[in-house]
Amino acid sequence: MAEMASTRPAPATAPATVRTRWLVAPLLALAATLAALSFGRYPLPPWEPVRFLLAAAGFVSMEPDRYALLYNLIVEIRLPRVLAAILVGASLSVSGAAYQALFRNPLVSPGLLGVLAGASAGAALGILLEGHWLLVQTSAFVMGLAAVGIGVGIAHLFGGGSIIMLVLGGILSGALFTSLLTMVKYMADPYSQLPAIVYWLMGSLGQASIDDMAWAALPMLAGILMLCLMGRALDALSMGDDEARALGVPVTAVRLTTIAAATLISALTVSIAGMIGWIGLVVPHIARLLVGPGNARLLPAAASLGAAFLLFADGLARNLFATELPIGIVTELLGIPVFLLVLRRVRRGWT
Amino acid sequence: MSAAVEARDLAIGYPGRRVGAGISLGIRAGEVLCLLGPNGSGKTTLFKTLLGLLPPLAGEVRVLGEPVADWSRAAFARKVGYVPQAHAGIFPFTVEDIVLMGRAARIERFAAPSRHDREIAADCLAALGVDHLRTRIYTEISGGERQLTLIARALAQEPALLVMDEPTASLDFGNQIRVLDHIGRLRRRGIAVFMSTHQPEHALRVADRIALLAPGRLAGLGAPAEVATPDALAALYGVDAAAVAASLPAFSRFPQHRPERHAS
Repeated sequence: MAEMASTRPAPATAPATVRTRWLVAPLLALAATLAALSFGRYPLPPWEPVRFLLAAAGFVSMEPDRYALLYNLIVEIRLPRVLAAILVGASLSVSGAAYQALFRNPLVSPGLLGVLAGASAGAALGILLEGHWLLVQTSAFVMGLAAVGIGVGIAHLFGGGSIIMLVLGGILSGALFTSLLTMVKYMADPYSQLPAIVYWLMGSLGQASIDDMAWAALPMLAGILMLCLMGRALDALSMGDDEARALGVPVTAVRLTTIAAATLISALTVSIAGMIGWIGLVVPHIARLLVGPGNARLLPAAASLGAAFLLFADGLARNLFATELPIGIVTELLGIPVFLLVLRRVRRGWT
Repeated sequence: MSAAVEARDLAIGYPGRRVGAGISLGIRAGEVLCLLGPNGSGKTTLFKTLLGLLPPLAGEVRVLGEPVADWSRAAFARKVGYVPQAHAGIFPFTVEDIVLMGRAARIERFAAPSRHDREIAADCLAALGVDHLRTRIYTEISGGERQLTLIARALAQEPALLVMDEPTASLDFGNQIRVLDHIGRLRRRGIAVFMSTHQPEHALRVADRIALLAPGRLAGLGAPAEVATPDALAALYGVDAAAVAASLPAFSRFPQHRPERHAS
């Protein structure tokens, strides 16, 4: 054993450290949640949300006035936003990680098959029709699904659903819905509707009410869980379709399930928070540095890290300036330097 | 006992493009069948059809007596291992991760590999003499090391039949000999091996039978001495028979050089 150790190069990721490293992402997400519940225009010490939670559960006593104040601050004002950040961040990141394995390309993001373009066009159409907020959300969701349906349909009609045809189908359907978005913008009232569309496309977590979150949370959690369960099958798929089939993986079923789950949760993120770029591309890379490329670990880690990343970005968006910045701007500005840092270390996997 | 894999009057190819037809062959347990054929003769297409990755255009493939179409992918993977030509891969998996993928069809859906699976992966790497690669990153090792890793992955499936697409193509001289020796050991364990190669001397070294695949049809199938003659190889590859004999030292002492065990 001793002589083997001397000839063996140092393992890049020792199993023991990987085993503990997967804890980092959930702990970060937990810390970011507490921080997000504490910071704001009325700052709280970070243990106050914990104390409030214990009081709500009946474990500690709290003055009724203080409890009412904290209830208003934490549950009514901050919680919807924090839940939105967690679910949107986790959804985009886990979809991005799953797509990178599925399409065997580390530069792929959840918008690859046109879901974000479709959802944007749908939301803009909802605003143009002067609909209730619910109409905007529903139309964003439905057109996000429609865009991916068209892309995948093209791939299956013309190319047997191969990877390259899926990408081309996604490009075509993305282009279709992007031009639709431009048309809607052109038709919109330039003094009221156009600014609403533009602001909406920049993304915001502030629009989400607790009711929105209540109906969106269940399908999003289900989609995230579904993708996390695909981990080992996606490992095999990242080696190539034929190899994955020969290893006993039902490739077509895994691919369609993954696309369906990722599309569902990505479309929901747009209905909740508008367009939030970069997170689905950057976070999987950070997660891969942390826990390695095995998707069984990578996907849950990406989900937790994505939640932490978006909570952090939202904290910046709310607290950096007197007025709130659109979150999409912050994730892009934050994503670029983070991606550059990651690039320096990640190159080994891209040869 | 039925053949490990059997092709009956098989036509292979893609929709609208027939690559070969009238192919009938079978491989028994513990037999090594080598496939020789020029570039573009359809060796990989034949393999893909036998592996159920391409539907046959006509005819039938049976694995252990059952039509391939009736097998689920997981059940098929528990019986048939596939060693593709090594590629670089994209994500930095460790060699152990890659070999553990060979256990996919034997692990419960959504479950993690057990200690037993890890032991099998380690055994398969050790059997090929590359256990030192276990913690290395697959995208960073040499082409030959990748090929050995992929063979270990197929062995981890514990298959009855191994289909190997040019397993010696990217290997150095020493690793070629190691892999050919290992194929001999697989035969002694009762595993059926169907492999393609561009080097007739490799086929002569390990094969119990040799199949010659000319574009569109099977040009020969039988014992190495009868099938892989200089004349047949010359016709197959479109070169001169004397040149074949001159570039293959095996032919000068061919009558003595026979696999120690060859069926019928």
